[in-house]
Amino acid sequence: MTDTVLSIRNLTLALPKGADRRYAAENVTYDVAKGEIMCVVGESGSGKSMAANAVMGLLPKGVRPTDGEILFHGEDLLKLDEKRHRELRGLRIGMIFQEPMTALNPLMRAGDQIAEVFEAHGLYNAKERQQKALSLLEEVGIPQPEKAIRAYPFELSGGQRQRVMIAMALALEPELLIADEPTTALDVTTQAQILELIRDLQQRRNMAVMFITHDFGVVAEIATRVCVMRLGKVVELGLASDILGNPQHEYTRSLIDAIPSNAVPPARDVRDPAPLLEVRQLNKVFRSRGGLFKPSREVVALNDVSFTLDRGETVGIVGESGSGKSTMGRCVVRLERPDSGELLLDGVNLSALKGDALRRERKRVQMVFQDPYASLNPRTRVGLAIAQGPIANGVPRQEALKQAGDLLDLVGLGAAAAERFPHEFSGGQRQRIGIARALALNPELIVADEAVSALDVSIQAQILELLEDLKRKLSLSLLFITHDLRVAAQVCDRIIVMQHGRIVEQGTAQEVFLSPREAYTRELLDAIPGRAHEAAAV
Amino acid sequence: MSFFARFAQNRGALIGLIILALIIAMAILAPLLFPESPWRMVQRPFLPPFEVDGFVLGTDTMGRNVAAGLMHGAWVSLLIGLVSTSVALIIGVPLGAVAGYYGGLVDDALMRFTEFFQTIPNFALAIVLVAIMQPSVTSIVLAIAIVSWPPVARLVRAEFMSLRNREYVEAARLVGQGNTTIILKQILPNTLSPIIVLASLMVATAILLESALSFLGLGDPNVMSWGYMIGAARTVIRQAWWLSFFPGMAILLTVLALNLVGEGLDDALNPKLARERQ
Amino acid sequence: MVYARLIAMRLLKAVIVLFLIIVFNFFLIQLAPGDPAAILAGEAGATDEAFLRQLREQFGLDQPLYVQLWHYVSGIATLDFGYSYRQQMPVLDLILERLPATLLLTGTAFVLSLALGIFAGSMAAARVKKISGSVIMALALVFYATPLFWVALMAVLLFSVYLDWLPAYGMFTVGAHYTGMAHILDVAKHLILPASTLALFFMAIYTRMTRASMLEASQQDYVKTARAKGLKDRVIQRRHILRNALLPIITLAGLQAGQMVGGAILTETVFAWPGIGRLMYEALMQRDYNLLLGIFFFSAALVIVFNIFTDLVYRLADPRIKEAS
Repeated sequence: MTDTVLSIRNLTLALPKGADRRYAAENVTYDVAKGEIMCVVGESGSGKSMAANAVMGLLPKGVRPTDGEILFHGEDLLKLDEKRHRELRGLRIGMIFQEPMTALNPLMRAGDQIAEVFEAHGLYNAKERQQKALSLLEEVGIPQPEKAIRAYPFELSGGQRQRVMIAMALALEPELLIADEPTTALDVTTQAQILELIRDLQQRRNMAVMFITHDFGVVAEIATRVCVMRLGKVVELGLASDILGNPQHEYTRSLIDAIPSNAVPPARDVRDPAPLLEVRQLNKVFRSRGGLFKPSREVVALNDVSFTLDRGETVGIVGESGSGKSTMGRCVVRLERPDSGELLLDGVNLSALKGDALRRERKRVQMVFQDPYASLNPRTRVGLAIAQGPIANGVPRQEALKQAGDLLDLVGLGAAAAERFPHEFSGGQRQRIGIARALALNPELIVADEAVSALDVSIQAQILELLEDLKRKLSLSLLFITHDLRVAAQVCDRIIVMQHGRIVEQGTAQEVFLSPREAYTRELLDAIPGRAHEAAAV
Repeated sequence: MSFFARFAQNRGALIGLIILALIIAMAILAPLLFPESPWRMVQRPFLPPFEVDGFVLGTDTMGRNVAAGLMHGAWVSLLIGLVSTSVALIIGVPLGAVAGYYGGLVDDALMRFTEFFQTIPNFALAIVLVAIMQPSVTSIVLAIAIVSWPPVARLVRAEFMSLRNREYVEAARLVGQGNTTIILKQILPNTLSPIIVLASLMVATAILLESALSFLGLGDPNVMSWGYMIGAARTVIRQAWWLSFFPGMAILLTVLALNLVGEGLDDALNPKLARERQ
Repeated sequence: MVYARLIAMRLLKAVIVLFLIIVFNFFLIQLAPGDPAAILAGEAGATDEAFLRQLREQFGLDQPLYVQLWHYVSGIATLDFGYSYRQQMPVLDLILERLPATLLLTGTAFVLSLALGIFAGSMAAARVKKISGSVIMALALVFYATPLFWVALMAVLLFSVYLDWLPAYGMFTVGAHYTGMAHILDVAKHLILPASTLALFFMAIYTRMTRASMLEASQQDYVKTARAKGLKDRVIQRRHILRNALLPIITLAGLQAGQMVGGAILTETVFAWPGIGRLMYEALMQRDYNLLLGIFFFSAALVIVFNIFTDLVYRLADPRIKEAS
């Protein structure tokens, strides 16, 4: 192809000794051409970002190329000295990163950080640089660019910061833009806007884009071509439409299958529609307690929230960050104390309980947490971690430990796991341990707070299956909190959509997902990456 | 990798450990090698080092054996360093734990209290305390502990604050564990490594503080210490350099060794951090 | 406006702390073994019973404790720190006379240690894997472990006794009666040894801290962003890494101010520098407790001034703080 901008040939990158495998990338070959978006997809540890880092000359310490070449307009980037490579960066190759929170220097104004790109390449004078920065901020669609240019990163939202990053990467009109998971840390509606911006800019400038992601939805949204990677190797390479529609490799197929589909399972009839949890007019305001000298600030997290959850039912609470969905979950398990309103569990008002009374009642509601790495005490053996609940509630230690073994069996880890420490387990396995711990007290209700958000899609599917299975076996009820509407549609009987601490809409999964009444719900649904593609495919 | 293997990877830490072992040996052997009181005059005054057998390091203004003083002084330095650090930990750890775990008004009150002690110039406070309580090993230990607990409280508080909202702590609360159990079993074990590292550095600082106090004449008058030896020799530095040189080197080496060991412990207890640092 | 409010609040806080120190001082005197009157008089010379009785009445020592506390606090509030019977002068006059020398010494050492420490630390951070970097860190470690008073003595031995380059004692040449520029140069010459020995320990701290802080900052994402822009390493080091790394150093410098005032006691003692540190040593030798507590109070006040100063600098350096006020 004459338009090839970047050509990666047999690239092999060695990991330092002592790593869990020898190569970060092995014999990787793909091209990126002018005017196309090449999506490099893979789960964590697939080495999908490694080639990009090599292109930029920003490989992590200890990782070094051992074979192959990276041709940029025919010139091998691996053979460039640092000075020449630096001249390419920013000028002919731009890059944006995943974390907009940390990728900008907290002590520099946005405008100055953009102007720095021109300075790095000795272009224009100080005044012109600021003017250019301003027009770039306009181009990436930041509201009030004259203000944004003087703003420090902490004064901007996540999406705005990512726009600043994009302005910076595109300042010198590079031929190649590398985007490394640029929307992963953003809310779904913001993600949709940023994806649109990238696609838009790419078409207007006819750039080559190398887009790294773990999300096939995003791939469906913007990819021209796709490269699927696994454990450092290219598994499948081809046109986006081919790979999405007719994946050849089994791994690709499993990844695509693991995405929760848009097809909402038919509503199950709940045999016994007796309410287990009744939430009435719950309010919660967070006050940053000002000190003697500091003014206090208030954030309304829950504003008059009411709903019921029937026995045996799964209710999903969906919303973006700041919607109050997590606070809702934390109030139900009473990690937070609501300011007013009632939380009736089988008629017992949990919100009024304190001290010992609370300790006695709270075992009926347990929680599965988001972060599998933070949810287990690194110094406690897994068996004991599970048994601690029953022990605290008066079960003899030996008996509690035996039960813990049974529970580990139940969640598919085997009783032998009890003797091991958390760090010996993978993320998905730890999440199973967390579930076993939640089950140890025979709760009636389980609150799952973003319980699968930190996991790779394939693992995500397994954990969802396990939850579903346990729910049936143990006749549990589930309050499922997530930012991901697709996941909610898969597992929930009813869905509650929250925004700014209020309930926007609630109804059966079918109703909310297929015929939403509120504009905000529609906006959320439209923002789901890959939805249009899938709708076409169905 | 085992704890010791990681520790031994830091060559400085190993050297520190060896020096420390030698100094501990000095302290233990002192009463055996020099059974007589180090305060006794045994030779003519101002005997330079390496001149007379049995007086390798010479004698001081009063004809006392410098080597004997040095070895007996090791005991005092180590003792005061260890005991005062332990006392500081006994004050600082519970205070920081309670402040960090409960937060709110309790935290505010305890932290204002800690800040107050941090604002007061450390050494000046120690001087005033020892001077008014009258110099003795006890008053010195107390004074050093009183001026050195605030960093412990702050460290423990910071650790507790970051851990108290960790998901495993919340899970423990959910299953009905009480506050005391959570503090002692869930959080405290996870704060031990930074506390151990800080403690090893505090012993070093305590030894420096003790020597400075004795240098100013605030040492226990019944106990021979390195700081006292330097202080007593200060006015005759032109005539007898060795009287201040050797005890000073002893302090330097001890404090250096403790710092090296502290860094090694830090590497060994926080392997991830150590790797990043390299 | 923001700054005016801020300073007002910091001053209020300072007043509270100073008040607490006064109360603390009062109870220290109470806790001391022996007769408070004897302590106030300086115990060695106070055997005269009539004199002690006079003191007791003067200080109201025969009255209830809270009345005494009130007398003590209100006395200090009106800047009456009592009388030093040993030096035959009011405590306040003694301290004010000596304060400028201490300010000169600690101020010089503070600036010196901070500037050199940050310089050496950033050198070491830029040369992590090179020998020069390791040498800087080894030196910093040694200085960090060296007793201040001993290094001062050794400096006297080397630079004054053997080399005879610099004066060993005092603040100016006695009997020379220099004026104008000659006086300033004379003081500067006397200042070199005390200021640099006092600065040495703190320089070591700042060096270690700067290096650690810079290495940490260099791991941050924004450094990768800066490199992706094509910026030169030198610019990245200075503008992105060092600027961010300095924030914790400023905080530390504030915390270290108290240590520096303490260090001045030792340095002034060794070099016979006529500041409040030396005065404290004299008070100690003479068991002049009233003077001792007065100096203690002033040294705490000095630390508070240092702290307010670093606080303001921090606010200038970190835009995120402004939002809070």
